[in-house]
Parts: sequence; C-alpha cells; structure tokens
Amino acid sequence: MSFARTGLRTLRSLPSAQVYRSSNILNQRRLISDEARKLIDNAVQSNPLVVFMKGTPEAPQCGFSRAVCQILDVQGVPREKIVSYNCLEDQELRSAIKEYSEWPTIPQVYIKGEFVGGCDIVLGMHQSGELENLLIKEGLAPPLPEAEPASKA
Amino acid sequence: MDIDEQPQPTVLKSMEDKLRSNLKIEFLEFIDTSGNCGSSYSVTIVSGDFKGKMTLGRHKLVNQILSDEIAQLHAFSQKTLTPEQWEKEKKN
Repeated sequence: MSFARTGLRTLRSLPSAQVYRSSNILNQRRLISDEARKLIDNAVQSNPLVVFMKGTPEAPQCGFSRAVCQILDVQGVPREKIVSYNCLEDQELRSAIKEYSEWPTIPQVYIKGEFVGGCDIVLGMHQSGELENLLIKEGLAPPLPEAEPASKA
Repeated sequence: MDIDEQPQPTVLKSMEDKLRSNLKIEFLEFIDTSGNCGSSYSVTIVSGDFKGKMTLGRHKLVNQILSDEIAQLHAFSQKTLTPEQWEKEKKN
C-alpha cells in the first residue's frame, strides 16, 4: 500500500501527458507480446486456414473482410474449414494481430501457419489462380472436377 | 506558439514525400476511398525497386515506409507494380 502511494507521488511530479503515454504503451506492449502472441501462434499453427477479420464470415463488418470471405466461398472452401476471429469483438486481439503479423491492416489470412496477406493480396492471388492452387494443395478447397466434354456427337 | 498558425502537412503529402524519397518512383497515384474524408486511401505505385520481390514483400516494404501514416488511416490498400508490369497492364 505504501509503495503505491510512493509511486503515485513520483508519477505526479512528471508532466501528466508524458506519464500517461509511456506507462500505457509499455503496458500495452507487454500484454501484446506475451499472452496474446501465444494465443495467436497457437491458433495459426493448429488450423490450416485462419482469417482475422472484422465481423464474421456470416456477417462481415467491413468491405475488405467481406471480400476475403466471398473469395474463399467462390473458391469452394467449405465454411467449416474457415477458422475466423472477429477483431471488432476483441480490441486486444485487434492490436495484437497487427504486431504479430507486422501488418497494419485487417483482414489477415493465414494458411498453414503462414501469413498470406490482406484483401489486396488475396484478391490478386485469386485473379491469378495462385490462390486456387494453394487452397487445393492444402486440402482446403476441393480439387477441380475433370473437364467433361461439352457435347457428345 | 499557437499550433493553429503552423501549416499542418497532410497525411497524403507525407505519404507521397516518404515514398518518393525511399523508392525510385515511375508512377504514383493516390485515390481517396473515403469519399474525400482523407481517412482511407488506395495507392498505385510503379517502381523498379519492386523487381525481384513477391507481392507480399512489396507490400511489406511500403507498409514499413508508411507505417506512421497507415496507423492514422482507417483503411489502406495498395497495388505495387514494376515498370514492366505497368506497361503490360496499360496495354490491356
């Protein structure tokens, strides 16, 4: 109890804005670095497809997050294979994932524990066919059916 | 000193300056995707410095250069091309 009182006396002598900023940031950094990091690590390592997004695949809360979910749907990824985390529900996760991935925006897509990219990159890969190959290779999307002859003579 | 008296550099100008001083820019275009609110941007960057880098690497490089600005924005998307890719795209 007396330690806290001493601490307060010291803190009060510093300009208040500076104190707030430095202690807040340090606390935030420490939290992000330990528990949250382990949680995220575990999530991406134990699930082949993880999407950190705003909202859910059923109800995306952002155009970029919606786009990513739509692309995965179009590629034939069954809903149950998508493990998604709603970053709007968890402010700590929202900032932790940005630090973990060293990537400033959400959504973020992880395949087999590796960061693939955000909406731009996923869209680009979808257009180039790269995403399809990757999803099929990792068993996340069904392989393309054998091309049937359009008409029989 | 009254803070209102100093001209505040906009986030947009800051981004442009940083990109031009860190990369060899052939073409640079910012589009405000927030309805002119200055809170979301989409940028197209054509630079020879992107040669040999995969898309993710290029985006990470830009994110690094613009980390302060992006942190202030609501949304940010980018298109990164080499001069050759840019020429090809213009032809289509």
